[in-house]
Amino acid sequence: MYNFDFVKPATVEEALAALSDEDAQPLSGGQTLIPSMKQRLNAPSKLVSLLGIAALKGVKTSGDVMEIGATTTHAEVAAQATAYPALAALAGAIGDPAVRNRGTLGGSLANNDPAACYPAAVLASGATVVTSGREIAADDFFDGMFTTALDDGEIVTAVKFPIPQAAAYVKFEQPASRFPLCGVFVAKYADGVRVAVTGASEEGVFRWTEAEAALSADFSAGALTDLSLPADGMMTDLHGSAEYRAHLVKVLTGRAVSAAA
Amino acid sequence: MKLTMHVNGREVTGEAEGRTLLSAFLRDALGLTGTHIGCDTSQCGACTVHVDGRQVKSCTMFAAEAEGAQVTTIEGMENADGSLSVIQQAFQDHHGLQCGFCTPGMVMAAAALLRDIPQPTEAQIRAHLDGNICRCTGYHNIVKAILAASGQPVAMAAE
Repeated sequence: MYNFDFVKPATVEEALAALSDEDAQPLSGGQTLIPSMKQRLNAPSKLVSLLGIAALKGVKTSGDVMEIGATTTHAEVAAQATAYPALAALAGAIGDPAVRNRGTLGGSLANNDPAACYPAAVLASGATVVTSGREIAADDFFDGMFTTALDDGEIVTAVKFPIPQAAAYVKFEQPASRFPLCGVFVAKYADGVRVAVTGASEEGVFRWTEAEAALSADFSAGALTDLSLPADGMMTDLHGSAEYRAHLVKVLTGRAVSAAA
Repeated sequence: MKLTMHVNGREVTGEAEGRTLLSAFLRDALGLTGTHIGCDTSQCGACTVHVDGRQVKSCTMFAAEAEGAQVTTIEGMENADGSLSVIQQAFQDHHGLQCGFCTPGMVMAAAALLRDIPQPTEAQIRAHLDGNICRCTGYHNIVKAILAASGQPVAMAAE
């Protein structure tokens, strides 16, 4: 990979100052960024490590909201997010144990891989993404494959998850990469059910609103019987066709409802 | 830049660039070639080491991120008298290696697992080895070695 300047500031303010340079990029756990730099798909002139900023780490729950710092690793969320078991389970099944000790919540969200697990949890929870400058609702954060509402030089600092009454995440793993071929996060709140799907759409993570309406009326897998997700806009690759993915989304949604109920 | 960290209990200093990976720093700057670079794409796990007690893939972490950290590599696993540790001896006793290339990573992964779960089930062992690939053994003898190292019987259903 091409060389770069490495800096590791101790505060968000210092990080933002360092990121104001042209071609500077933030570095969190690096589990996607480092492989992409090895392939020279990405060649920043400066990397600003966020891992020295103590304020960006940790899980705290107050009332019905769990707030997780952006640089909290998947392993830490798996161990500490006990008040939101479906989220802890999702974090504990990303990648493998070594990846979970480096990869972070904020890094996953800022990258917005169309097959990442965390975006489904954030969108299904109606979470709020807190950045260095503002708060962004999950519905406004994800903006298509590998694209988010983040501006240049803006970093995710935390995510606030409203804790649901019931929730589950079910993914169908692509056996070589262990990324979800499809993954569905279902979360039931007092004011309705939210269903978010990852790994399926060409536009990245999305809400399946027809399923949300049906499940809000009747929170059972049977409520999905008459629904079908159109294959238009679903991804086709060597692992599965658009039709296969659309079918899989319905199957996994039913399984997630059964697991949550 | 100059980096200082504690590797296998000893303070070490070496030269690194921003792009220097921890795996390269351990091997090239410190001469600790027990950490193997297999795929260099964070899939095979041969480069697994512990940083501040946590199992990581050293090919997917910059050396600069380990500044000041406690790093343990396979060279730090032997007993103080130079004999093999319980986990290493169990790999030998149960033929948990053939070519041996993946073994440093397997031993480091096993050590991390047994610290968190001293008596893991076979399923927990197999799940924990998700990110460590072995192309020789078919994993059965590695799983047996880890069961043995945890003080459990190694009888296992044939597959």
